[in-house]
Amino acid sequence: MYDRSAKLAAKGVVIEYWLQRSRSLFTAVKGVDLEVRPGELLAIVGPSGCGKTTFLNAVDGLIPIAGGSLTLDGREITKPGRDRAMVFQQPGLLPWRTVLGNVVFGVEAQGSMSKGEAIARAKQQIELVGLKGFEDAYPLELSGGMQQRVNLARALLTDPEMLLLDEPFAALDAQTREMMQLELLKIWSQTRKTALFITHDIKEAIYLADRVIVFTRRPGRVKTVVDIDLSRPRDLRVKRDPQFLTYEDEIWESIQEELAVPAERLIAGVPAA
Amino acid sequence: MSIKEADRVLPVTTRESDSTRERRSVLRPSRIRLYEPLVIGTLSVVLALTVWQLVANARIWSVLFLPGPWDVAQAFVQLFQSDDIWLDIATSGEELAIGYGMAIVIGLLIGLLMGWYTRFQYALDPFVNFFYSTPRIVFIPIFILWLGIELQPKIAVIFLGAVFPIIINTMAGVRNTEAALLRVARSFGASDALTFRRVVLPGSVPFILTGFRLGIGHALTGLVVAEYIAAKHGVGQIIAIASQTFQTPKAFAGVVLIACTGMLLTTVLHRIENRFQSWRPQIK
Ligand SMILES: Nc1ncnc2c1ncn2[C@@H]1O[C@H](COP(=O)(O)OP(=O)(O)OP(=O)(O)O)[C@@H](O)[C@H]1O
Ligand SMILES: [Mg+2]
Repeated sequence: MYDRSAKLAAKGVVIEYWLQRSRSLFTAVKGVDLEVRPGELLAIVGPSGCGKTTFLNAVDGLIPIAGGSLTLDGREITKPGRDRAMVFQQPGLLPWRTVLGNVVFGVEAQGSMSKGEAIARAKQQIELVGLKGFEDAYPLELSGGMQQRVNLARALLTDPEMLLLDEPFAALDAQTREMMQLELLKIWSQTRKTALFITHDIKEAIYLADRVIVFTRRPGRVKTVVDIDLSRPRDLRVKRDPQFLTYEDEIWESIQEELAVPAERLIAGVPAA
Repeated sequence: MSIKEADRVLPVTTRESDSTRERRSVLRPSRIRLYEPLVIGTLSVVLALTVWQLVANARIWSVLFLPGPWDVAQAFVQLFQSDDIWLDIATSGEELAIGYGMAIVIGLLIGLLMGWYTRFQYALDPFVNFFYSTPRIVFIPIFILWLGIELQPKIAVIFLGAVFPIIINTMAGVRNTEAALLRVARSFGASDALTFRRVVLPGSVPFILTGFRLGIGHALTGLVVAEYIAAKHGVGQIIAIASQTFQTPKAFAGVVLIACTGMLLTTVLHRIENRFQSWRPQIK
């Protein structure tokens, strides 16, 4: 029953938000069952507002779960830890710190490295994400794609066992996004870290992941699991592979079913903004 | 011709200079643009002074009522030739330095605590609201009653004037820390102390310096009004006595002295603010 080989195991995870205005509990995620194997890159896709970010935040330990169990290496997740690092959708960089200063912020916060070591390694990491020469630039002087590289480098520098990525490339233009995907794959293939990747982009999910999980509409649950049997290393041509297109259709249809609900239910499900 | 057509889509204002259209890098202003604020500012001041001088020269009102800028300048020079002036400046300066210095230290401390600890804010909010919404100079008579007419009542009123804007702005700075940044810090397991020092405090600096700057205005108001009411020495006292004895140009000279002090301190703080903003791209 319980798979000891799983890195992350979610069993019947329920996550609720307390809505102060209406004084009621709001169930964002209801009964998520999934496992992430060591070294696996698992992608989660699903309709907007279905609870993907919410689930990822719980995995990072930023919000508590109301039911079920969520374990990393068999230990219950209760708070953020050094074994996980998040790449946020919004880069969340300190505007008054340079690229170098921002990249070291993660390890600085963890207190896991001496300053000298942190800086030396950060420089390598900056090179790895393709930002060499921009060490002393401030975030506001960088493009969106460059800011996301800093965000990624900050997480990678902490050398986590599990990388959590919340639509890290969503705000980027198509070309930059493809470049970043390529680079993420390159970095991932070098480190083989377990990774949980959230995205809206079905192609991105198939291109990057070993498995793609489709969430239902809110309250989110696992609807479909699709194993992606495309050989690695993958380059951009794989996106035209017939098998790739089959996966795309399958996942698209699965999501489509979740969107095809009566309009009044959609509206009722979304709390007033 | 294609060049002609390209010209046509250019904004009208750049038409004349098409042939010599200057090429510039983005965000690197031309020399003229750089000095423009200074030049225009100086010209407008000169213009205002000239008008003032002309109106005064017309002598519609006597010099006791409206001295011209030249009269004020002369009075200013005379003021600095008198023996008492340095004692007056030293007295006011000491009051200001102690009162404002205490306001900075205590205001910063209380503001940070109120911003960081919600319960501390709940506890102190009533008092801060009470004092901040009351003009602090109404306390001067009470301070004089309690503390006499030496330096202490002035220091007290300067302190009280400056401390609240500093508290309120510092608190706002802490409170305005971006939630996304706090989440990043928490996600990486930052301790409260580290989050405060590395995220909250640097982010609050612009607010804190704004508080300092607003505090200067309040401090000078407190200083001058307190000295008007009762003092042995001080620049406020010079102004009060000069106007009571119809030495109007001298009173104006005192006003200029106070104004210059305020502008000087504000400029210094602006410089410091800019230093802390070096990471912000200079978009004009
Ligand atoms: N802090 C919060 N307080 C209350 N409700 C929230 C909060 N954050 C999210 N929600 C609600 O929980 C549900 C899931 O939100 P979540 O951000 O996890 O969705 P998502 O799947 O990441 O969506 P998207 O793909 O658009 O990013 C939404 O209906 C949202 O309104
Ligand atoms: Mg999301």
